[in-house]
Amino acid sequence: MLKIFWAFVIKEFYHILRDKRTLLILFGIPVALVLLFGYTVTNEFKGAQMDVLDYARNASSMELIGHMQSSGHFRLRKLLASEHELEDGFKEGSTKLVMVIPKDFAADLYGKHPFTIQLLADGSDPNNANTLEQYATSMIKTFQRTRLQAGNIAQAITIESRMLYNPQLISAYNFIPGTIGLILLIISAMLTSLTIAKEKETGTMEILLVSPLSPMLIILGKVTPYALLAFIDAVLVLVLGYFVFDVPIIGNLVLLLLSCLLYVITCLALGTLISTVSKTQQDAMMRSLIGLMMPSLILSGFLFPATSMPVILQWISKVIPATYFIEILKGVMLRGVGLRFIALEVLVLLVMTAVFLIMAWKNFKIRLE
Amino acid sequence: MKVLGYIIQKEFLQIIRNKALLPMMTVLPIIQLIVLSNAATNEVKNVNLVIVDLDQSEQSRLLNSKITANERFSLIATPFSTKEALTYLQANKSDVILEIPRGFEKDFRRGEQPKIQLLVNAINGQQATVGSGYLSSIIHGFNAELIRQTLPEMSGSQVTVSTRNWYNPELNYSHFMAPGILAELTALLTIVLSAMNVVREREIGTIEQINVTPIKKWQFILGKLIPFLCIGLFILVVGIAASKIIFDIPIRGSLLLIFGYAIFNLIAVLGLGLLISNFADTQQQAIFIAFFFIIIFILMCGLFTPIESMPKWAQILTIPNPLAQFISVSRKVLMKGSGFWDIRYEFFYTVMLALVFNSLAIWSYKKQG
Repeated sequence: MLKIFWAFVIKEFYHILRDKRTLLILFGIPVALVLLFGYTVTNEFKGAQMDVLDYARNASSMELIGHMQSSGHFRLRKLLASEHELEDGFKEGSTKLVMVIPKDFAADLYGKHPFTIQLLADGSDPNNANTLEQYATSMIKTFQRTRLQAGNIAQAITIESRMLYNPQLISAYNFIPGTIGLILLIISAMLTSLTIAKEKETGTMEILLVSPLSPMLIILGKVTPYALLAFIDAVLVLVLGYFVFDVPIIGNLVLLLLSCLLYVITCLALGTLISTVSKTQQDAMMRSLIGLMMPSLILSGFLFPATSMPVILQWISKVIPATYFIEILKGVMLRGVGLRFIALEVLVLLVMTAVFLIMAWKNFKIRLE
Repeated sequence: MKVLGYIIQKEFLQIIRNKALLPMMTVLPIIQLIVLSNAATNEVKNVNLVIVDLDQSEQSRLLNSKITANERFSLIATPFSTKEALTYLQANKSDVILEIPRGFEKDFRRGEQPKIQLLVNAINGQQATVGSGYLSSIIHGFNAELIRQTLPEMSGSQVTVSTRNWYNPELNYSHFMAPGILAELTALLTIVLSAMNVVREREIGTIEQINVTPIKKWQFILGKLIPFLCIGLFILVVGIAASKIIFDIPIRGSLLLIFGYAIFNLIAVLGLGLLISNFADTQQQAIFIAFFFIIIFILMCGLFTPIESMPKWAQILTIPNPLAQFISVSRKVLMKGSGFWDIRYEFFYTVMLALVFNSLAIWSYKKQG
């Protein structure tokens, strides 16, 4: 039996290796995606264009404008002449923030009167507007504090912030684990669901089913080569992250690789499940697109923090395998934790795999309809 | 012309026969709209905090209660050593550790520069910056109040920063996400459907029957294009209607302009889909190549992460991204009421893309097997 099984696995391998284009897709896409996203996907911003309506027009206001630009987060686009011009930059889409400095700005900075600096943001992009306002507000406060500290108050609290695990706040640290989770999901879950659906669509599944191999072994045989290839992909992406983006691997490498393997198996089980319920490749494709890709992209904590979502969505995010895998990756790679800290996540992935496999087995039909 | 009519009729018949398509075109956009507009936020709404209060003085307790009263912070634990607190950070149970050192109150009374330490989990740099920014501003507010009470002559003037968001005063995410998701979904479904279309005929073998007929290349491509264009426009209508009914999104600009632009955009996207279809041998390959583009388009279109944050070369790469152009147009027209002149660049690029992709698609389609 085992011999026939191996023969079957080898046949599948030939299928994949013979097809140069699929092979290129299998290894080219992950590499291209990691490189592209490592450089481009970031929610930090640099050089956001800012207009300033400066009623004060004095040394202090110039200093504030200079201070705003010093960090590289903001870049002055235009000094507006009057409030009629406020909206021009927004309409055109180039200005993200307008700062309005009041007339009595300098006089009041040393005096006792409260004064108000107004920030106008382009709310049509709320995420951006929010972030820009938060940064701008804190920069204005810092500006005031440094001015006050020139007066040297000994009672002022100094806050010493230490950014752990990612002292330079590199966004690749956050996005590389997410990208790995996503790519493995695409490669292993989608590819397997498609291969099995293809056999069904072209009718070759029936030929396989009448062979002496049991149906479970057929599925296993189809999945094994992809498991191996997806695992190679995982290693490839990790190596890229390490050498190109300097994302460190602080924790145990063996633990990291084992959890990658576990996740690959979970994804494959999921792919098998999808293929058992879909009849055509198009069908399988749409199911994995809607049921897997979109939720994993949006709700797994890859792009957006789950803690800021409504409770229902937080619950949904808890049934997505990628959520746990990304958590494991961040833990082992960046925080350097051992198995004790990620035991829960590993357990959840194991249970999920078992559930998917049982469901796939129940759904698998060996008879023609 | 008559030949073209027959091909279009054939395509429509095949599309209508596909049972899965109609729910996909109506239910899917609505679900996505609801989920995404709630999930896609970078706002930091909840910071898990661990406080290590080594001072245990009146002032440190006051500061504690001041911080925990803020609804953004949830207090996870109050251990008595930094080492113990760090395990919470490692296990990802907490985002920030606030450490109040021994002698904090004494330093304040003596005027010896009291210090506070923040240890921040900085894997997600943006979240870390914003979260610790909140905390710092609470501490500084607390500090300023204390100084005002104890040493009234030392305090400077208060800065208030007032923020206003134009076009979307309450920073309503659904107003922001809906136009983007509309564009994303329309492009997504049309590219997938068109990419799989020609290849499917090739896989099943029906393409050879078409090849032996006197149908010209451009008729064939056009015959494939027009039905999908109709589907795309239909999805757009459903999407706009749904987002108007469910989220009451503003429609400030002209709908005619949106649809006029959408036609060109869809032609560009469909051209790319057909181009992929021409180059792929199997549906599996077509799906993966289409997927490769879709993921790049989605993650680099400005829907989730701002385009301005990307490096310069990546910003240039978003120009041939039809999705980025579509999202930019739908946001400008729907939310800001921009006219044709404001979207002239997007319009120009899209028409160029449509021309390039479609002529490539016609050129690369070979009637000989």
